[in-house]
Amino acid sequence: MPMNENHKDWPRALYDLLGREGIRQVGVVPDAGHMELIRLCERDAALRTVRLTTEEEGVALALGAWLGGEKCALLMQSSGAGNCVNMLSMLAACQAPVAMLVTMRGDHGEFNPWQMPMGKAVEPVLEAMGVAVSRADRAEDVVPLAEGTLRIAFNTLRPAALLLGQRLLGAKTFKE
Amino acid sequence: MAADRSRDERLPRRAVVQALLAGRGELLVVAGLGAPAWDAAAAGDHPLTFPLWGGMGGAAMVGLGLALAQPSRRVLVLTGDGEMLMGLGALATIGVARPANLAVVVLDNERYGETGMQETHTAAGVDLAAVAAACGLREAATVRTMAEVGRLRERVHADAGPLFAAVKVAPGKPPLVLPPRDGAHLKNRFREALLGTQAYCQT
Ligand SMILES: Cc1ncc(C[n+]2csc(CCOP(=O)(O)OP(=O)(O)O)c2C)c(N)n1
Ligand SMILES: [Mg+2]
Repeated sequence: MPMNENHKDWPRALYDLLGREGIRQVGVVPDAGHMELIRLCERDAALRTVRLTTEEEGVALALGAWLGGEKCALLMQSSGAGNCVNMLSMLAACQAPVAMLVTMRGDHGEFNPWQMPMGKAVEPVLEAMGVAVSRADRAEDVVPLAEGTLRIAFNTLRPAALLLGQRLLGAKTFKE
Repeated sequence: MAADRSRDERLPRRAVVQALLAGRGELLVVAGLGAPAWDAAAAGDHPLTFPLWGGMGGAAMVGLGLALAQPSRRVLVLTGDGEMLMGLGALATIGVARPANLAVVVLDNERYGETGMQETHTAAGVDLAAVAAACGLREAATVRTMAEVGRLRERVHADAGPLFAAVKVAPGKPPLVLPPRDGAHLKNRFREALLGTQAYCQT
């Protein structure tokens, strides 16, 4: 990795990583923190980007993709991790992989009290469902940690999640 | 009274599934949890049938992921009305993704059969075929006769999808026929049958 790499453009670096690691399907429920990565994925004809109505659809999508021989990644907000809980049973029962890139709300600097309960629960809830969780709060950590997350998912056949903290994303201010 | 008569004429679910899976050839099948999975097993356990034992509400989306990964194969999701109602958003997602090789067939007994035959919303008139049609699935239809089931079987193998049908079936409980239940085994046998032994070496 070149020393002068612009860590600030981690969405582009994540997009490049998904391509390098052979991800073919990307399930998406939008979050502001994923705006750029979603845009890059949707413009890439080699990726099948599937817009979902709820994040749990993405977990089932990932199982189907793996049954068909394809790797799937999911882009979601931390609230959406809560929507995935029971569906994650399928991946645990089947030893099937998915990589979840989760943009955080309800952590560092949060403005909206309604985001805090799920924000605080994301990590224990995902862990309880057998997901391997790691967390990035600094731009220079995003790519190495995402690489590790993808490797755990597809080499050890389980769901793995990388939480992207608001320290990294910038907390939403509700001033614009 | 007409409604009562049509109730009496509801189709036997095992015969419906038997007919849909007859001469299945290259078809890939995902069966929703509970009775649809038992129906698929009764029609003959098969490595390219993936029966779900959980994940209620996820069957159609498993079918979508599979259909997108295997565009040259036909994929049939067989599931229950209760299971479909839990994940109605999947119909909108499938309608937007437009996989030409996916068919979703709901075995609609208007009941949660597995848990004591409680009525589902379809018993109160919620029309799954109309929902699917509004989501952009093709020829979304309610099927009430074995002749229509025969035509549906042809469409599942040949027509451009995504297809949807709700087959009105009798709320009876045929004898249990259970498929294997170890998820890792079901996944491995499916992937090996589809991808060969490289299924175990995917990096
Ligand atoms: C999330 C969740 N809620 C409830 C259940 C309990 N449950 C198992 S099968 C079932 C009914 C399924 O009904 P349907 O899909 O219509 O199938 P049928 O047996 O009627 O063919 C229910 C409610 C469950 N397994 N998971
Ligand atoms: Mg039912």
